[in-house]
Amino acid sequence: MITVEHLTKCYGDFMAVKDLSFEIEEGHVYGFLGPNGAGKSTTMNIMTGCLSATEGHVRIDGHDIFEEPKKAKKLIGYLPEQPPLYLNETPLEYLRFVGQAKGLKGAELEAQIREVMELTRIEDMRNRSIAALSKGYRQRVGIAQALLGRPKVIILDEPTVGLDPIQIIEIRDLIRQLGQDHTVIFSSHILSEVQTICDQIMMIAQGQLVAFDQPENLEKRLLSPNEITLVSDARPDQAAEILAQVEHLTQVDVSGEESGITTLHLKTDAQDIHTVSRAIFFAFARADQALLEMSLKKASLEDIFLELTEQSPAEETAGEQEVDAL
Amino acid sequence: MSAVFKHELRSYFHSLTAYVFGAFLLAFMGLGAMLYNIQAAYSNFEYVLNFGSLVLVVIVPILTMRVLAEERKQKTDQLLYSLPITAVEIILGKYLALLVLFLIPMGVISLYPLIFSQFGDVYLPTSYGSILAFFIMGSALIALGMFISSLTDNQGLAAGIGIAIILFNYYSVSLSEQVSSTAIGSVIATLVLILALGAVIRYLTKNENLAFWCCIALIALVMVLFYVDSSAFEGLLPQLMTTLSLFDRFTTIVNGVFDMTAIVYYLSIIVFFLFLSVQSLEKRRYN
Repeated sequence: MITVEHLTKCYGDFMAVKDLSFEIEEGHVYGFLGPNGAGKSTTMNIMTGCLSATEGHVRIDGHDIFEEPKKAKKLIGYLPEQPPLYLNETPLEYLRFVGQAKGLKGAELEAQIREVMELTRIEDMRNRSIAALSKGYRQRVGIAQALLGRPKVIILDEPTVGLDPIQIIEIRDLIRQLGQDHTVIFSSHILSEVQTICDQIMMIAQGQLVAFDQPENLEKRLLSPNEITLVSDARPDQAAEILAQVEHLTQVDVSGEESGITTLHLKTDAQDIHTVSRAIFFAFARADQALLEMSLKKASLEDIFLELTEQSPAEETAGEQEVDAL
Repeated sequence: MSAVFKHELRSYFHSLTAYVFGAFLLAFMGLGAMLYNIQAAYSNFEYVLNFGSLVLVVIVPILTMRVLAEERKQKTDQLLYSLPITAVEIILGKYLALLVLFLIPMGVISLYPLIFSQFGDVYLPTSYGSILAFFIMGSALIALGMFISSLTDNQGLAAGIGIAIILFNYYSVSLSEQVSSTAIGSVIATLVLILALGAVIRYLTKNENLAFWCCIALIALVMVLFYVDSSAFEGLLPQLMTTLSLFDRFTTIVNGVFDMTAIVYYLSIIVFFLFLSVQSLEKRRYN
């Protein structure tokens, strides 16, 4: 559906996007994840033809966005970070303009406007001035605009930023609903959001793709260097002695001792965490010490994210400027 | 293109711009007609147009200041870039909408000679020839104003620069009598112009090397020409200022000579600035 090949974008000496390549398939909801200034907006702007690339290609259904912009742009609906609204107009007038610009006419235009207003639930606001609408409603008008012309792909740049919790939930539901008959790509720096809505996650840091997988696989992939928290009756030195018998422990920290109860923090490099937990259990049993609690910590997406972005090879470039704003 | 055109036209009538522009133009023309045709009892409507051309200095930049600057400020230009329309269509749509706004008061004005002809001898060909030329000259100024608006996201700045440039153009013939007509004076003026051109290239392409080498090449060319034939530079500056003046050519038409070179000049100014506006819009995607 969308092919991005070796995309590079420089702003003067600063490389916002470096040799980015990925492929988007039809019928999924893609989450585009990265910290501020990672190059999310830049990539999205290039994919939608709002910005030129220094190098590389973007093809939408085989149409190059730079060489056949009209054909390519008809397949995309885009909501930039700041919804591009004419504040002195009403949503109806605004949508009529966008629809016409997308080549819709007459009854078809009116039918589609009705359809997208229904979907984004802005019918009640259609004759109010956009300037008088709340941020949540403005965001919806922006999404409605992107849906006109029935594009195959909807690209949304941080659609939930700056909204209150109720509005965020509504927009998320809307994205989920859109995902049923569109390919949706949306960017965010909130991990939980991406985790709940998307079936594919793309992580980007310093202009490079650091991960591209399903949320579950991503967790699985990075679950192995795991953490175990123990609570035991044993004194810290006793516990350390017992744990010395267990293999595959890379780190043992005593994180607290209170009225004879010790809390320990362990890290392991074992492939299967349960072989380690089993060994710990028997080691304590052999030493006749009670194990009061043992919890295995699953890596959250947050951890994966931190780990991936820290690992990313681009760290030698010190320039972490904010170019996201463009 | 028609979508942009309709949208622009509607938004002008939403705001006061269209009404203010029309009202000022009509009021000024009415004043001129009062002074020349009624009080002084001249039967030549073209004098009114000559008088009225001064008001274009102010109202054209006010009309055109927001046309692209506002899109940039409100970030709605991102919408235009992402829609399946080309930069040429955007610029043409916007320009045609501006022309329609200009055409409406001009339509009213073109009734005046007919009305006056009921009460005296009005030579209609000169009147209507001048009205046509006035419209084309105004269109050229609108194209210039549109380009200036595309350079900035600040409407006030666009209007200010527009007024300054058009005012300079209006008085450039009178000023040309005051400036130095010696060869060395012309060379200095040419060098200043080249540096200004370099600054524009630098701004538009964000490429310092290109601007630098363009300047160097042009300066070298001027120097060589100066040493080969310094007399060619004599009187060049005043001549240049007269040639570039849009209003001076209009005066010729008002005096009863429908000068086709003036019309061609206006049309080439329109094409030139529309081309630059398209480039300026495209360029925004490349920085």
